[in-house]
Amino acid sequence: MSQATEAAAAAQATTGPATAPPGLPDLLYGETETELRAAVRDLFEDRCGWREVLARSQTAETYDIGLWRVLAAELGCAGLLIPESSGGTGASYREAAVVAEETGRAVAPVPFLGSAVAATAALLAAGDDELLPGLAAGTSTVALAVPFTSPPGARPEPTIRLGVPGDAGYRLSGTVTGIADALPADVLLVPVDGVPYGLYAVTAADASLTPVVSLDMTRQLADLTLADVPARRIASGPAAERAVAAALAAGAAMLAAEQLGLAERCLEITVAYLKERRQFARPIGSFQALKHRVADLWVGVTQARAAARYAAAALAVGDPDTPVAIALAKAACSDIAVRAAQECLQLHGGIGFTWEHPTHLYLKRAKSSSMGFGTADRHRASLAGLVDLPAPP
Amino acid sequence: MTTAEDLRSQVRDFLATHDPAATDRLEFLQARFDAGLAWVHYPAGLGGQGLSRDLQAAVDAEFAAAGAPNNRPERNGIGLGMAAPTILAFGSPEQQRRWLRPLWTGEEIWCQLFSEPGAGSDLAGLATRALRAEGDQPGWVVTGQKVWTSSAHLAKRALLVARTDPDVPKHQGLTYFACDMTTAGVEVRPLRQITGEAEFNEVFLTDVAIPDSDRIGEVGEGWKVATTTLMNERVSIGGGAVPREGGMIGSAAAAWRANPGRRTPGLHDRLLRLWADAEVSRLAGARLRQQLAAGQPGPEGSAAKLVFARLNQEISELEVELAGTEGLRYQDWTMRRPEGASFYGRDPGYRYLRARGNSIEGGTSEILRNIIAERVLGLPPEIRVDKGVPWKELPR
Repeated sequence: MSQATEAAAAAQATTGPATAPPGLPDLLYGETETELRAAVRDLFEDRCGWREVLARSQTAETYDIGLWRVLAAELGCAGLLIPESSGGTGASYREAAVVAEETGRAVAPVPFLGSAVAATAALLAAGDDELLPGLAAGTSTVALAVPFTSPPGARPEPTIRLGVPGDAGYRLSGTVTGIADALPADVLLVPVDGVPYGLYAVTAADASLTPVVSLDMTRQLADLTLADVPARRIASGPAAERAVAAALAAGAAMLAAEQLGLAERCLEITVAYLKERRQFARPIGSFQALKHRVADLWVGVTQARAAARYAAAALAVGDPDTPVAIALAKAACSDIAVRAAQECLQLHGGIGFTWEHPTHLYLKRAKSSSMGFGTADRHRASLAGLVDLPAPP
Repeated sequence: MTTAEDLRSQVRDFLATHDPAATDRLEFLQARFDAGLAWVHYPAGLGGQGLSRDLQAAVDAEFAAAGAPNNRPERNGIGLGMAAPTILAFGSPEQQRRWLRPLWTGEEIWCQLFSEPGAGSDLAGLATRALRAEGDQPGWVVTGQKVWTSSAHLAKRALLVARTDPDVPKHQGLTYFACDMTTAGVEVRPLRQITGEAEFNEVFLTDVAIPDSDRIGEVGEGWKVATTTLMNERVSIGGGAVPREGGMIGSAAAAWRANPGRRTPGLHDRLLRLWADAEVSRLAGARLRQQLAAGQPGPEGSAAKLVFARLNQEISELEVELAGTEGLRYQDWTMRRPEGASFYGRDPGYRYLRARGNSIEGGTSEILRNIIAERVLGLPPEIRVDKGVPWKELPR
């Protein structure tokens, strides 16, 4: 069956968009990435077991600040994307993606995605050096004040007003709802939709953050209210738009990696349970009806991994194909994470439906993440413009 | 360490002494094989140089740029994709020398005599018998019926699995042979499929003589050898390198772009889903090849064929609808005998019909899921009623 040759010939005969890169980047994990993964996994296995995560989700402090400090400062994960000149490690999205996979796997209640990825990407794009050293050192945590559901490419709804600048500088008022990773932040980056568009930094102590009882309490959302609070302008006009766009793009790509880690973990515990659980005097994993479901799940995880790796690799080098890569990854990983968590629940039977089993932590994080930085549908819809498959009129 | 550039230079040296325009096509290909430039990942002396498979693309491109004839791989898919790796893994040095060169040059087309009317997914239950021949020369006499044999009408040789011992459990009594298709007693009949064509054949074997020197692997080890062939078949069906919009999705996307009047929200949603899935599957295929090149072979290859079959089916379904009235026109129902399997050829209707076979040929999607569940994920096997039972006592 020489369908490779045949397909190549078929492709030449069609007039597709010329957006595809000629060669694909390395989609495997390198040695440093594997070492980084091992270090993060050790930390989470030691300090972030699911019982601890579940217990914490029922307390007032749903984010594990102590764990975050270790991850951020001691393991240097907060500074992966930050250049050495600003105190970071000057690594790339490839390494950040590996950390994200592990946070998904552990459903870790740490603001890695919000602070070390999204807010950091905004500051890097804006060229703002003031906050980066603190972020890199793990002494400061920053959040981008947009609804968690904001997809890349869309400007979040304008809900913040800029006061008339006086001698004391800029002042902001308004509300933003459903922000992820804002609760543990010291500084909030607030986009303001005025003329010109701007990105401002607000000290969390000046803001009012109300915790939201969230579907996913391992990444608790918050509503932000600003009542004429002082702000520092970080970027304005197109520079601010670029900064927010960079944050949402990076957030979507790294959340895809997180979802991949979560899906893989759900598959693992499901397979382990199918081997151990006996009914009808045999392990239930010997029933073909169940085997086929986990086989399909494994196939989905295998496919999603390629998409997630491609997005990280594209983002790492600023490949022109990055928007396509991110849309593919977020769509594939959102779907597989939700499916894996749902299958995990169903294949565990009654125990999977209980509070004392970890599945609900995965399910809630998966469902919430599937909407974070844009749903799968939203990302597929964005392909319409990117690869010339226009929507019907 | 030989690099792609070294190989390009070898090709240029070769071309300097073998002008493709002035050399007979077959002689050219034979010389290319002898120069170790046929398949560089094969061992020296067998058409290769023991290098990474990845380097082959540079060699092929250099030859193509010079206008050199290729070995028309599309005519010998089973030979190149399945027979060659099996011969390399289990053939004797003498068999490798005898078979690989004419296989690669296309002088000898290969086919595969595995499935039978009574042994499809349960291939190990096959009933074709091989009895030891009487007389001075060690050999075998084979009788039985095989089915779904692509290219049997073109083939010089066949990969054949036959039962040599019916008194032991089914997997243990099999032996693997190379069968010369020109031997007396081999009868090939076309088997027409739903597309109207006959890509496949039924092959009737009646007292076919096979010399023992054409046995591949030990007597009773046929299942082990066949497993290698089947794994290569699945890799071959699922995983070639293609560009973006290569494969079935390319023609669906082209139809979408060409016909704005047929666009509806429902079709758009299906198209975007399939486009994304096809592109992700392409990335997964590329990742798999990177793993192989890095010497980290993973089980991901088993996923490729499953995804490939589902995508081809769903995309071709959509494409018929995107073609509107034209989608209901079928090029030709004439019984034809194509030279090879074509998944993408002709019109949307053909593609739609042909794709239904993708989840059956080379292992059904159901069997592939069993394989993934048991071999990759380590789930316990089905409770079997045929375990440990001699083949001849199994109900049929």
